[in-house]
Amino acid sequence: MQGKLSRFNITALVLGFAFLYLPIVLLVIYSFNDSKLVTVWGGFSTRWYASLLSNHLLLDAAWVTARVAFISATVATVLGTLAALALVRYTRFRGRFLFSGMVFAPLVMPEVITGLSLLLLFVAVGLDRGFLTIVLAHITFTMCFVAVVVQSRLMSFDRSLEEAAMDLGATPFRTFIHVTLPVILPAVVSGWMLAFTLSLDDLVIASFTSGPGATTLPMRIYSQVRLGVTPEINAVCTLLIGVVTIGVLAAAIVNKRRDIQRQRDEQAAAQAN
Amino acid sequence: MSQASAVTRPASEASASHGPGGIVLSAILSRLVIVVPYLWLLVFFLAPFAIVFKISLSETAISMPPYFPVFSWEDGLSGFWENVKELSFANYLWLVDDPLYFNAYISSVVIAAISTFLALLVGYPMAYAMARAPSSIRMVLLMLVILPFWTSFLIRVYAWIGILKPEGLLNQFLMWAGVIDSPLQIMNTHTAIYIGIVYSYLPFMVLPLYATLEKMDFSLIEAAQDLGCPPISAFWKITFPLSLPGVVAGCLLVFIPAVGEFVIPDLLGGSQTLMIGKTLWNEFFGNRDWPVASAVAVVLLLILVVPMMFFQRAQARSQEQER
Repeated sequence: MQGKLSRFNITALVLGFAFLYLPIVLLVIYSFNDSKLVTVWGGFSTRWYASLLSNHLLLDAAWVTARVAFISATVATVLGTLAALALVRYTRFRGRFLFSGMVFAPLVMPEVITGLSLLLLFVAVGLDRGFLTIVLAHITFTMCFVAVVVQSRLMSFDRSLEEAAMDLGATPFRTFIHVTLPVILPAVVSGWMLAFTLSLDDLVIASFTSGPGATTLPMRIYSQVRLGVTPEINAVCTLLIGVVTIGVLAAAIVNKRRDIQRQRDEQAAAQAN
Repeated sequence: MSQASAVTRPASEASASHGPGGIVLSAILSRLVIVVPYLWLLVFFLAPFAIVFKISLSETAISMPPYFPVFSWEDGLSGFWENVKELSFANYLWLVDDPLYFNAYISSVVIAAISTFLALLVGYPMAYAMARAPSSIRMVLLMLVILPFWTSFLIRVYAWIGILKPEGLLNQFLMWAGVIDSPLQIMNTHTAIYIGIVYSYLPFMVLPLYATLEKMDFSLIEAAQDLGCPPISAFWKITFPLSLPGVVAGCLLVFIPAVGEFVIPDLLGGSQTLMIGKTLWNEFFGNRDWPVASAVAVVLLLILVVPMMFFQRAQARSQEQER
């Protein structure tokens, strides 16, 4: 156990978190600014949110983005979970070094390289650029983040549970569904959420791999941001921040509840014995 | 694969009770676990690099696709060799000849290195304080570090435009406080890029640092201080060396993507700043010169290969320790 924080430590935390949160807070505040000049406060107003509803370009882009993120996050979660299982459970197989390299490299690979290389692949095989190519690209780079999240959970997994299930005659597949999956589920869910937000967020890879007719929300925001800061963009950003924050907090609370419930169950079981 | 099946032996023994079909099925399933993600990454991650390399040796052409030669199955083997003869390193010579590219590479690496160092300066005290915090609030602090990482990168960079521009909030505040008389020019300078990179990548620095510092045995510090070691030299002699794995991981996680960063120099750096991610983007979208863009990407990858190998080794080592 550590004792109380020194004054230096508290200062570091306060300054650090102020640095992390102040820009976001200011952005949110100024999205309610009545003035068209973004940096001059002209009173409280929600008119920029109202004007969003009639901005069809942004609404269409948001719908494309939501579908891309949902599909790619779902597929990436399956592939990433498999990759994590392969890395943790099979310590030796031919080409494992290459495999782990391909799982970790996309985490730090500059997006311009990933985007360009995927685009050239799609052109080489003659795949028309559009919705499908964005989804394929997003699956590829988000599955690695899922793999890392699930992998850390698998490492702390008590394998004797699986061995017990299999000793009792369960097939490996049933063991996975009934024993392994429930335990790693929180990590799988947060992997899905991470993949979803990464896809929601991506500008560079989507710009390379999209074609006419498939413009995502970040691409739309980016083209407007280049022309200058507008209160309308502040409003879109605030909505996006709100959605993501609520999602992450809800997931954290659900996880916490489940942990407490499990502890109670374990205590009850211990007392029953 | 023989070793892989040895690892799963208890599984196949157990399923023997389900008859031979069960064994075959479980063997296929356990192989699919490896094969499916492996194939996906080979096709969508590794193979594209071969294509990038090939196109970097091609010539620009006004057609679709905008490069020459284009390989196709109909040409057969002889056509293939004819096409191979057309490939050349001309684009790479072009990169060497034009100081624009060389300067862009150098300034990308320098900007990324300075930003990484600044991120370490900001992130280390935060991670240290988090590791020393009472365990009851540690989870909350961790959550607070992770939360900005979930919110859009583009939005977080965009938020700084309103703060840093000449009539922006920072200048308004400083002039109101009487610190300065005329607005500071921060937008469109390197300083703005440093701020943008440190801000965007700070969670990547704090999390690995926190992970190593949290595991540290702080009674070592107490022992050193009991023996008369002043706090600062106790830090340099004990805490910092023990946290080195976290320092290395955090720095690589910030440095590698920052070298190829596009959004931050584009939005905060203005037209004067030279960074290679921006150059690549302009070659591709502005000049529609796919072969030169590919050559830029190949060289960028060569620069980053060594730090990436370090990152991979660090990851593998921390995995070994977890076991």
